[in-house]
Amino acid sequence: MVFRYRNTRHPMHQLRDEMDRLLTGFLGQPSGGPWPGVGRGHPAVNLWEDADAMIVELEVPGVKKDQIDISVVGDELSLKIERPDPTPEDVTYHRRERPVGAFGRVLRLPADVDAGRVEAELSDGVLTITLPKAENAKPRKIEVVSA
Amino acid sequence: MANETTLTKPAAEEAAAAEHTRSGRFYRPHVDILEQPDELLVMADVPGARGDRIDVKFEDGSLSIHAEVDPRQSDDREYLLREYGVGDFYRTFRVSEAVDAGKISAEYADGVLTLHLPKAEAVRPRKIAVKTE
Repeated sequence: MVFRYRNTRHPMHQLRDEMDRLLTGFLGQPSGGPWPGVGRGHPAVNLWEDADAMIVELEVPGVKKDQIDISVVGDELSLKIERPDPTPEDVTYHRRERPVGAFGRVLRLPADVDAGRVEAELSDGVLTITLPKAENAKPRKIEVVSA
Repeated sequence: MANETTLTKPAAEEAAAAEHTRSGRFYRPHVDILEQPDELLVMADVPGARGDRIDVKFEDGSLSIHAEVDPRQSDDREYLLREYGVGDFYRTFRVSEAVDAGKISAEYADGVLTLHLPKAEAVRPRKIAVKTE
């Protein structure tokens, strides 16, 4: 179970994500499922990077922006998301698959973040967090000076 | 590079039977279906869809939902973590309740599609007053 993300391309990052388990997940979310290790108490994320920033994307349908709490320390991104259960009175459920409750996740990012410039956007249930890399983490082109 | 083991959204098997002109993978949205006294309420998670590109059909007691979702990243994007895939959502249901098809309504907000399927008059619960002499 350490190798939950064994199919992602960068093995370096696979082990860095284990802190996730410290936080609780979707309440009432059935565990298991066809893909082991995901959908089990924390929201799935996609993470990629370019030269200047790392981008984290999550699908959070039905969640309002004030139900999302994002914080960054160093190279660590903490997410807390609340999806309330609006069960009306006097109903019978025929299907109940949409997860509700509070869930959270801590992601170790591959580089330190310039926390002051983090931006998050919520659009049609997709949350995109842009995390600019700290100056010391950016790739730098070194000019070779000929003597 | 789509990798099946990293997907969190189940693929929609039903989609294989239907005709689609777009290729790619379909996902099966999570849904809640609630029965209320006067209507069935269907809520489907279709994050990333746009309201004007969601197709809802009700025909012969079969309800189908198809939400088009364009890729948000180019195909050659390399991911550090890729735990879900992005693509159209598709799902069909048999609705056994008698539904007044003409009055079905739908709304979309924040990645959630809500459908109201009013029950036909004949099957609505009716409270019968008991007369006493």
